[in-house]
Amino acid sequence: MNPRILAATTGRILRQLRHDRRTVALLIVVPTVLLALVYFMYVDQPTPRGQPTVFDRVALIMLGFFPFIIMFLVTSIAMLRERTTGTLERLLTTPLAKLDLLFGYGIAFGLAGVVQATVASAVAYWVFDLTTAGSIGLVIMIAAINAVLAVALGLFCSAFARTEFQAVQFMPVVVAPQLLLCGLFVPRGEMAGWLQAVSDVLPLSYAVEALQEVGAHADPTATMWRDVAIVAAAAVAALVLAAATLRRRSG
Amino acid sequence: MDDAVSVRDLVVERGRRRVLQGISCAVPRGTVTGLLGPSGSGKTTLMRAIVGVQRVSAGTVTVLGRPAGAADLRRRVGYLTQAPSVYADLTVRENARYFAALHGRDHAHADQTVADVGLAGAAGQLVGNLSGGQRSRASLACALVGDPELVVLDEPTVGQDPVLRADLWARFHAMAAAGTTLLVSSHVMDEAGRCDRLLLIRDGRLVADDTPAAVRASTGVTDLEEAFLRLIKASEQEASS
Ligand SMILES: Nc1ncnc2c1ncn2[C@@H]1O[C@H](COP(=O)(O)OP(=O)(O)OP(=O)(O)O)[C@@H](O)[C@H]1O
Ligand SMILES: [Mg+2]
Repeated sequence: MNPRILAATTGRILRQLRHDRRTVALLIVVPTVLLALVYFMYVDQPTPRGQPTVFDRVALIMLGFFPFIIMFLVTSIAMLRERTTGTLERLLTTPLAKLDLLFGYGIAFGLAGVVQATVASAVAYWVFDLTTAGSIGLVIMIAAINAVLAVALGLFCSAFARTEFQAVQFMPVVVAPQLLLCGLFVPRGEMAGWLQAVSDVLPLSYAVEALQEVGAHADPTATMWRDVAIVAAAAVAALVLAAATLRRRSG
Repeated sequence: MDDAVSVRDLVVERGRRRVLQGISCAVPRGTVTGLLGPSGSGKTTLMRAIVGVQRVSAGTVTVLGRPAGAADLRRRVGYLTQAPSVYADLTVRENARYFAALHGRDHAHADQTVADVGLAGAAGQLVGNLSGGQRSRASLACALVGDPELVVLDEPTVGQDPVLRADLWARFHAMAAAGTTLLVSSHVMDEAGRCDRLLLIRDGRLVADDTPAAVRASTGVTDLEEAFLRLIKASEQEASS
């Protein structure tokens, strides 16, 4: 890896994003609209005493989901485009190292995820009155790590797609099971043993647990840090796998 | 003479087809060498093998004294793919500056290269909004911006008007005079006459490796297009007999 090349690549990816104003607008606005939807869905629901409201519970986890889902999609399509337009082949004939490209995507879309999560969190806390015991900063940090994980998974999955149609199909494959089994719908402890086992190997389960820890405790807990470390390790593992899918020579 | 590229008994299979069937040839340093042949004859495949992105089945490819695809060659070789491979959602200038940065060149150098391919007026335009010929010149600028010692150009003049083509060929010769080696594929026979040396391939086999003058002399015709038709016909008869 080379810091100059990494910086140039990160800048190039962000510049591409900047030219696509509509995508930027959608990235920022859609989470806020969906949060509003959830807020008004649950606003009249009664809450048992001493428990967080449904909105508090759901919105907190949604803040972690948005960057995960969106950055996975954006990255898979961006990387697929690099493959189909020939820019990837050309890049691999230049001094750029594979990790320069992969980390470039990780940093660029990770930053985009941070911006998205920051705006969504600010709206959730100050417009819709989201209350958590822990701080908004921790929520944004977990969302940012989710974004990087999503970028890494997107880079990896794009190797198995030949067309945009196929790339989009990986979204339900990769994201939906993690969403269903992360503990939002049924607490993980109440699932059948084999579902729990599956849930245990899905990185999003740990991201959700970390967010729930922030929701319940004023100070960062050891469990939260452990979960954050697991998600970060999963992101690094996915990046390494993605590097293995980049071949300088092809048939 | 010292060769920038030397290819020995190169065999390449793509899919189930044997696309290059044992090619041996050389590209001398500081020349413009033309790579010609019918569509599907294997020009792009040979170029990909030289820049080190093609998986090869047998044979060796040596580039600037190193095996093709060696890591240190990546800063010394420039490659223009046949289909323009530039970012459609960046401007011409942003594309050139990015590829310049990969080679450790500054913005001023990138902007100069953009001007050199005649795109100074369109530098601020998104590549996606360029004409076909402009887009392929944007791609060319990105291949040249690192000042490589060896430049491999797959059909660089497609879609360019005669004035621009003449400009580009003048630039190629100026680069060769300064010591750069160029390998240029083309479909256009009047361009063959502008090369110092010619490689003619048909069906993955080398049919001729000579100077334009020698090709004319050996076939007894002055028109290179006619000379190539004769060479190809002769090689077909040889193959069928
Ligand atoms: N990705 C691929 N997979 C399988 N076969 C391929 C692939 N790309 C090219 N071929 C085959 O390899 C042969 C040589 O192709 P190549 O692109 O090298 O030809 P070319 O001389 O560059 O043609 P053109 O002048 O049309 O660009 C062709 O028969 C082509 O069908
Ligand atoms: Mg070709």
